[in-house]
Amino acid sequence: MSVKEATKAAPAPVRATPESPRHPKRKRAWDEAPRWQVYLPLGIYLVFTLIPFYWILLFSLRPAGSTSLVPWPMTFEHFEKVWTDRSFGTYFTNSVLVGVATLLMTTLVALAGGYALARFDFKIKRAFMLALLCSQFVPGALLLVPLFEIFAELQMINSLGSVILAETVFQLPLSMILISNFIKNVPYSLEEAAWVDGCNRMTAFRIVVLPLLRPGLIAVGSFAFVHSWNHFLFALMFLNNQDKQTIPVGLNSLMSADSVDLGALAAGGIIAAVPVVIVFAFIQKWLITGFSAGAVKG
Amino acid sequence: MAQAAAVAKPPAPPRRRRASATPRRLPYLLIAPAALLMLGFIAYPVISVFYYSLQNYNPTKPWRNGYAGFDNFVHAFTKDPIFWDTLVFSAKWVVVEVGLQLLFGLALALIVNQTFVGRGLGRALVFSPWAVSGVLTSAIWVLLYNSQTGITRYLADLGIGSYGTSWLSDTSTVFPAAVVADLWRGVPFFAILILADLQSVSKDLYEAAEVDGASRIKQFWHITLPHLKDAIILSTLLRAVWEFNNVDLLYTLTGGGPAGETTTLPLYIANTSVDAHNFGYASALTTVAFVILLFCSMVYLRLSKFGGDNK
Repeated sequence: MSVKEATKAAPAPVRATPESPRHPKRKRAWDEAPRWQVYLPLGIYLVFTLIPFYWILLFSLRPAGSTSLVPWPMTFEHFEKVWTDRSFGTYFTNSVLVGVATLLMTTLVALAGGYALARFDFKIKRAFMLALLCSQFVPGALLLVPLFEIFAELQMINSLGSVILAETVFQLPLSMILISNFIKNVPYSLEEAAWVDGCNRMTAFRIVVLPLLRPGLIAVGSFAFVHSWNHFLFALMFLNNQDKQTIPVGLNSLMSADSVDLGALAAGGIIAAVPVVIVFAFIQKWLITGFSAGAVKG
Repeated sequence: MAQAAAVAKPPAPPRRRRASATPRRLPYLLIAPAALLMLGFIAYPVISVFYYSLQNYNPTKPWRNGYAGFDNFVHAFTKDPIFWDTLVFSAKWVVVEVGLQLLFGLALALIVNQTFVGRGLGRALVFSPWAVSGVLTSAIWVLLYNSQTGITRYLADLGIGSYGTSWLSDTSTVFPAAVVADLWRGVPFFAILILADLQSVSKDLYEAAEVDGASRIKQFWHITLPHLKDAIILSTLLRAVWEFNNVDLLYTLTGGGPAGETTTLPLYIANTSVDAHNFGYASALTTVAFVILLFCSMVYLRLSKFGGDNK
């Protein structure tokens, strides 16, 4: 490492004045800090990030009562127990249903609304944008009571539909703002060109805009999925039957049990984490570009 | 006369293409689903919260239900010490959490914005807690803080702290313990938003600054920070509202305890409605929370000039 640094540092004194035309790319530009300034803090932060993950993995894999710091001998008894005895299998299915349905509904509804906001001027646009913004400040938790009443009226208590609807509604405002920003970044002239070529609005949108929106849609959709997968209070409030519950509620019940079964809790946690980690790993790339393209700025 | 003019002139220019392709009703049709959903499941509930706040409303004690006037509010402000405690704790929680998250998030974003070997993997790893939320975060930290088998036990082996302590059940340690747990997944959120914005800073600016001999610290203050201003304001305020509203973590991590030490106002509301079924009183508390949030959103509107110049 020191050798590497030495070879890197060596040319520096030789180099002529900064304006020298022979060095248009400077060795140490602003975004190239000395190595240790990157790796040291990053390493420390990585330890903080990873220890909790390791801890939960450790508890889920080592036998009950063990105090070893490595999960060896490895056992899957906790997973079996949680999946069957604690009905995490059922919770898992329910959570997948809620997540996928929320994803689809949010993306579709937000796509339509976002297109209107990005491409049209209409009378109530400003008022609508303001409503979107204000709804960001309406906490779902505080609306539990009236929402409960509404779903009771609609006979939707104890049905996953209530949770899907509630999650969708609370995902909508931000999703719509994001999608409309993404659409604004697609040049309008592209669409107009397609109309000239004889496409109608719908076709033009489908073949010109939609492909360019893919990163944005992936970001928004995965947001919706991850949020509804993780969110807890709606399911806790609107679903009473155990066979209708979702994973976060299952986890909570593991935590609040009188004698907390740590192995079961850890295994349940891993089961809860797997789908979001997979989603996250896939969308990582799009997420950052998606964000910088559709920057959350209004 | 009009006809003569029309004949005399060449035929009227065709209406602009854009206009003809834009049926007047289309935008309304497009926003209709979203608008209806939001009216039904956000606007209407908000209004009914105001209505319930003036009622005695408890499904388990129907004989006492009915119009209550401002009794709920009077009770909250004059006879309910828990309410004031939750207000103070909410403020403390939001300020500490958001302040630290901003600080660490900014630092983290600056670090992973550098080019270095293993950057992709590094980013994925340090951002990963962002995907993990609420209940799972508490599950993880409940394991870490466990008095028998948690990290405290191993720290005690190293001579730090003592055996059998649980940081979550001691009033003196529960606050920092909860803060650290929430930081774990809050910092990546900030870092992602700030990193996204960092990538749009023009490299030319830095090169020009470097030619002029500006130090890196100066470059940070005069180029990076001004550029990030909007993103920072936005994410800070969104996060502040979110930290205030979110009950998932504290509900499951501490349940508001020990001794109400970690009860935020929304958590108190959730407890009042979900556990105690005192819907009327919970609605009154909700109204108070709304007023606080409304104030925040005003500040936010001011600072971000949202929707001011849409194209």
